[in-house]
Amino acid sequence: METSCSFLSCDHDDDERSWTMEDYAGAIPRWCPGCGDHAILAAVERLLETEQLPPERTVFVSGIGCSSRFPHYLTTYGFHGIHGRALPIATGVKLRRPDLHVFAVMGDGDCCSIGAGHWIHAVRYNVDMVALMLDNGIYGLTKNQTSPTTPQGHPSNTQPKGSHLMPLNPLSATLGVSNASFVAQTADWMPAHVYATIAAAFRHRGFSFVRILQRCPQYTDDLFQEAVRNPNLVEMLVHPDGVDAPELEKIFKNRRVHDPKDLDMGRHLAEPFDRIRLGIFFRDESRQRYEELRHQRIHTAQERIDRLNEEFEKYAV
Amino acid sequence: MSSSSPVVTKKARASKDAAGPVVIRVPEHTVEIVSDSGEGAQKCGQIFGQVSAKMGNGAWTVEIIPAEIQPPARSGPGASGNRIRIGTQPVTNWGDAANLVVAFNEQALLARHELEALHEDAIVLVENRWATHDDDDIRREWTTAMEVLGKQDYRIIPVPMEEQCLTVTDNPRRGKNMFVLGMLAWIYDRDIELIRDAIRQSFRKKAEAVARANIELMELGYRWAEANLDFRVEVPIEKPPTPMIVLNGNQALAMGAVAAGMDLCAMYPITPATSVSHYLGEIFEDFGGIVHQAEDEIAAAGVAIGASYAGKVAFTVTSGPGLALKTEFIGLATMTEVPLVVLDVQRGGPSTGLPTKVEQSDLLAALYGQPGDAPKVVMAPATIEECFHMVVTARRIAELFRCVVMVLTDANLATGVQPFPRPQLDPRWQAAPPDLRPVPEGVKPYDWDPASGLSRRFIPGQPGGMHTLTGLSHDEYSHVGYSPDVHERGCAMRSRKLAVFQTTLKPPGVYGDTKGDLLVVGWGSTKGAIEEAVDRARARGLRVSSLHLRILSPLEPGLKEIFSRFRKVATVEINYSDRLGDPYITRENRRLGQLAWLLRAHTLVDVDCWTRVPGQPLRPKGILEGIESMMPGGHA
Repeated sequence: METSCSFLSCDHDDDERSWTMEDYAGAIPRWCPGCGDHAILAAVERLLETEQLPPERTVFVSGIGCSSRFPHYLTTYGFHGIHGRALPIATGVKLRRPDLHVFAVMGDGDCCSIGAGHWIHAVRYNVDMVALMLDNGIYGLTKNQTSPTTPQGHPSNTQPKGSHLMPLNPLSATLGVSNASFVAQTADWMPAHVYATIAAAFRHRGFSFVRILQRCPQYTDDLFQEAVRNPNLVEMLVHPDGVDAPELEKIFKNRRVHDPKDLDMGRHLAEPFDRIRLGIFFRDESRQRYEELRHQRIHTAQERIDRLNEEFEKYAV
Repeated sequence: MSSSSPVVTKKARASKDAAGPVVIRVPEHTVEIVSDSGEGAQKCGQIFGQVSAKMGNGAWTVEIIPAEIQPPARSGPGASGNRIRIGTQPVTNWGDAANLVVAFNEQALLARHELEALHEDAIVLVENRWATHDDDDIRREWTTAMEVLGKQDYRIIPVPMEEQCLTVTDNPRRGKNMFVLGMLAWIYDRDIELIRDAIRQSFRKKAEAVARANIELMELGYRWAEANLDFRVEVPIEKPPTPMIVLNGNQALAMGAVAAGMDLCAMYPITPATSVSHYLGEIFEDFGGIVHQAEDEIAAAGVAIGASYAGKVAFTVTSGPGLALKTEFIGLATMTEVPLVVLDVQRGGPSTGLPTKVEQSDLLAALYGQPGDAPKVVMAPATIEECFHMVVTARRIAELFRCVVMVLTDANLATGVQPFPRPQLDPRWQAAPPDLRPVPEGVKPYDWDPASGLSRRFIPGQPGGMHTLTGLSHDEYSHVGYSPDVHERGCAMRSRKLAVFQTTLKPPGVYGDTKGDLLVVGWGSTKGAIEEAVDRARARGLRVSSLHLRILSPLEPGLKEIFSRFRKVATVEINYSDRLGDPYITRENRRLGQLAWLLRAHTLVDVDCWTRVPGQPLRPKGILEGIESMMPGGHA
């Protein structure tokens, strides 16, 4: 009998192929020089190589925006979708094919503005995937409009006198959703930490939300400038179950032990603070995953016919 | 039982002697049951329709639905119920007017009268408790209504429904519908065991005692009718030659999806489409299927596209406002050539419009709703049987042509019940399991056959096939195109597929003579009513024929040639169009029905239209008037 394991049966444990970082590279990125996305792409390629993910069983889904060009720059399966809607597509992929490794790549406008509804619900579904939110605090591709994470007062083409509102806090918002299972933050200017964070996200079974603070040299180069220059403005959340990036210990002296199991503390730490906090705010492997709850055995054509004929009986004349 | 003996107005009551009741023997009869919302007239009507169909009568049911769950009691607009037209032969539409009406209050009855829903000599059975109600206002309303109704040729029979129900239940409001069902069962001589089964089935999720109490009420109604009514109606049954099943349109869509081997339905609740998912929710897991209730209409489309992209074709089901929200995603599926089936159960629009009521106004939105050129297949079943088979076809076309297929049904088909020949299921209807074999070297993600635009898609898991789909304009490698010819070529390849699909279609048949004065063109659920009107018109000597379209995009071939054989062509639609003679309306600025626009654009024929948007199915009588008004050189 055919079961859904037929997908899983293409088990690659005995796969003798191996892949280098170059094997995962796709088209040449067209991001601006100095854009933080380059470093994030490199960290992702490193993850793919380290985990030796078969390219054909790896899917990157994205929305629209600078960061959403991501899948084009990789040689895996990819789906460059529409603005704000990476998560529904990615949910459909994983629901249908739990055997695939699914990544969703979004920008801050994508995730927190036009796609905010999907974001909240994707957290609740807790479908196993890595969701990377590349947050540069601005709409870049459409040339400098205020995003939900633009700091108050920061001018843009749509709000030239400065952003009117307090920015939305993506970490607090995610941590506030029931069934959240993995919430982390990292920053593009420390590649080792980016790598370690997305590696932890990948290993987590559930919806892993990673906000990556990302520099935009065009429109928000001031946003993280001070933090880039002054490591004291960064606070690392550390724990044996947290992100492990020992090479950073010497540079970033502000270290705070935070057990990712502690949701209350995670929420507290996610609140605005005079330092940028990086690390895992919360992780819980025990949360229910939607694709598991909804998993169905695949039925043969004949099984379906037999069962449908039974159903017809109820309505027979 | 003296107090509950029927009072007969207008017409003398036939004496109830030893010979028994007068039997009215007719080839067809139309029943309406109307109540306040929540009193269960719909359930009563559904069971009556189902059982009639199961016994072998032709049947067509239409729900009379208020938009609110609990509209004010005893209000005309709040009337809720069911019309059931049964016949010896198959019934193809809901007819003109009801021959027998059961009303739970006189206001619902009055509303139906004002909507001309009653045949001029209809028999009316109406709850009589309002005549003697404690509330002066209610008594006055009863008297006023009866004065109006009494002037008609109806035969009105007040029935002590509540009084009777109180003999077996404390809460007659929740049992009257079963009493009425029992009355109808006696009047029409329905198989009482089938009725009992249907009641049990209906209450299967509740305690057994509930079904028992309802059966008791039904039997009470049966006995009361037997003891008190002086007429019965016989619609002779001719057993159909093939095995039949009885479904409503939304059940047929759901079963069609199962028969097509689809196993993921992503949806968001919207009337009148939701019951597809209710029914699927009950059975789908038995087939390995999932109903995913998404966070919104947009996400439902996205999940379906993601699932289709990663394997077998998935589908989403919606209605007008939901279709509007899914627009961008439908464009994405078209652009990336991810197969997708969209079931749209149309209701009245624009905006929230008429949530529970029928219209055919999503046609042009379905065809042209996307920005840019977004060719897709659009098809529309005319019957409940076609609802089933068209989903099977839609899945295959979506897969073969790597395109979006939209199936447009409507609120009329969704809730109507019809018997039809039981489908002989074929394993070839079902999607094959995904093929995860390696992609041969050199095959491109859009390996377009330059003549047809057709290409094979490959899915995640297939080694060697890695590529990134994109909604941006792209070449056959799915690389974003930056040169002018890339977009031109992509558009051509996607469009060409429709032309190829059209070559597989035959010209539609003409109902009636293949030439004449007027050709009426319709689509969707109006087929039966149009053909009945055409029959009547031809009986009056008018040279009228009709043609019914199932495929709206690409249009079925040969239309221009068929049209050329008639002096005039006109559509009949449940859509809005301006009427000549209305203020400001001229031949130049007149806005036409959606199908009329479409046919004019495609054929350059001066297609006229007769359209109405009453929020209910068209009646043959109305269409006949439309035909007469449109006859070339005729009455106008």
